[in-house]
Amino acid sequence: MKAAWKEKAIKLMLFATASTSILIVIGIFVFLGKEAGQFAIKPGLKELLGSRWMPVSFQKESFGLLPLITGSLLVTALATTLTIPFGVGAAVYISELARPIEREILKPFIEILAGIPSVVIGFFGLVVLVPLIKSSFGLSTGLTALAGAALLALMAIPTVVSISEDAIRSVPASYKAASLALGASKMQTIWKVTVPAALPGIVAAIMLGIGRVIGETMAVMMVTGNAAVITASPFDSVRTMTATIAAEMGEVAFGSIHYRALFCVGIVLLLATFGLNIIAQKFLKRYRMG
Amino acid sequence: MNEKAQKRLGQIVASVIVTMTALALISGCSRQDDRDTEKRFITIKGSDTMVYLMSNWAEAFMQRNPGMEVSVTGGGSGTGIAALLNGTTDICAASRTVKKKELDLAAQKNIHPNEIAVAKDGIAIVVHPDNPVNELTLGQLSRIFTGQSVRWSDFGGPDEPIIVLSRESSSGTYVFFQEMVLKKQDYMQNAKLLPATSAIIQSVSTDKLAIGYVGLGYALATKDKVKIIAVKANDNSPAVMPSDQTVKTGQYPIARPLFLYLNGEPQGTVKKFMDFCLSAAGQAVVTDTGYVAIR
Repeated sequence: MKAAWKEKAIKLMLFATASTSILIVIGIFVFLGKEAGQFAIKPGLKELLGSRWMPVSFQKESFGLLPLITGSLLVTALATTLTIPFGVGAAVYISELARPIEREILKPFIEILAGIPSVVIGFFGLVVLVPLIKSSFGLSTGLTALAGAALLALMAIPTVVSISEDAIRSVPASYKAASLALGASKMQTIWKVTVPAALPGIVAAIMLGIGRVIGETMAVMMVTGNAAVITASPFDSVRTMTATIAAEMGEVAFGSIHYRALFCVGIVLLLATFGLNIIAQKFLKRYRMG
Repeated sequence: MNEKAQKRLGQIVASVIVTMTALALISGCSRQDDRDTEKRFITIKGSDTMVYLMSNWAEAFMQRNPGMEVSVTGGGSGTGIAALLNGTTDICAASRTVKKKELDLAAQKNIHPNEIAVAKDGIAIVVHPDNPVNELTLGQLSRIFTGQSVRWSDFGGPDEPIIVLSRESSSGTYVFFQEMVLKKQDYMQNAKLLPATSAIIQSVSTDKLAIGYVGLGYALATKDKVKIIAVKANDNSPAVMPSDQTVKTGQYPIARPLFLYLNGEPQGTVKKFMDFCLSAAGQAVVTDTGYVAIR
């Protein structure tokens, strides 16, 4: 009797801890929505569609999100294009080609890369990468979207490598055996059989990597120059949504329009990562079932 | 239940208890109110520009008054003022005056910001050491930072674009520079906003075409890496290099007072600290830190 009661209590307690995260997610949505909602009432959501972000001004404060959204998009897209070849290439090598000893060395180093605090990566970027980009592309300044994207790729690669590797490894050995038995070379087998079979997992890995990239703040803020302009050039300075929130939240007067505008930025960001996560989950599920 | 499972369960229960205790402790701490009658611990929060000055003051003050503790954090003038309004700091350090919006909010919260000027700071204009430009007028600076002039050749430099660097809009220096130099016009949209003074120095020291503004103390401390430009108030006035002397006499045109804000009249430890800041010893700390004494 007593033991049953105890077990029940423990179960309840564990249930409470497990459901905390659900409560927190709901809480965050409510909290963001509350502040952003007041922005929708006054000055209205139309204000967010502008192409000018100038929240501190003696003339006219503008809260157009377009430069911030395009800034985040540009950096994320560039980071993704840098991440895919490195991330997937490394995963293929580690899972299919590396000797055990190489794997033992490579894997921990990639994991260490994941553990480096983003401020440190940002500082490295500012001191090493920015001057390097400036001199190698002959630019007038290295504070560019490309610098931010390169740092983000550095941070996304470990995620992509470990999840893709997992996906590649779980391709049944019979597929490879069949391919080799038909006379395909090892490389042909990898690119024509193994990688396509693991593709949903690899796509999910890339999606999760992008999720990490889009939400990253510190490193990006230090190297992209943070000028709120709409551009598609990797050699221009951009201002991302995360950097905007981080840089401005500290100063802003509570309850002001600027304060609420930052919550609107937060919601856009949250929806973007939320969407990416859902897509990633879909792909992950497919490859686990397949 | 076998032994292993029991052990595992024990571990889970233990970790839950530890977590709960930690949570209870954390919430207990935040609930603890620091409105003791004999308060020996004061907090200062605010301007990043003033962090060095505040911590040097705090150190000197604590040395003279053993047993009293002063904790200093930065975050920006606005952060400090917000903290003062929310009652989470005793003193707010600010490199700008309180805005009307903030005063309204203070009135709502029944807080009476009491402004005390404690030092002066000049803002230095910095460029790369190889830049041939030596002096600029306030009008030229305004044109550079608003984007009306975009090439160095307009000012006797090379025929190259000007890379405009600014602090983030959360910085008191940003607002002061906008008010004082840009005459309240907006910064150009292409201006790169860097999160810290150190980032501006770092970029100016590597970008030959960059121009930025930083506090005088910081500029003087790093003058081997960057070049400080002399500023003319208008076309006919002499070009003045920023220094203690020229800021104090008002010859150097880009200077500002630095403030401490309190809620109402200072009392107890806070009063003692304020008295120290304005004393001869306190003002000596100002000079040592690279700012300009006001007394």
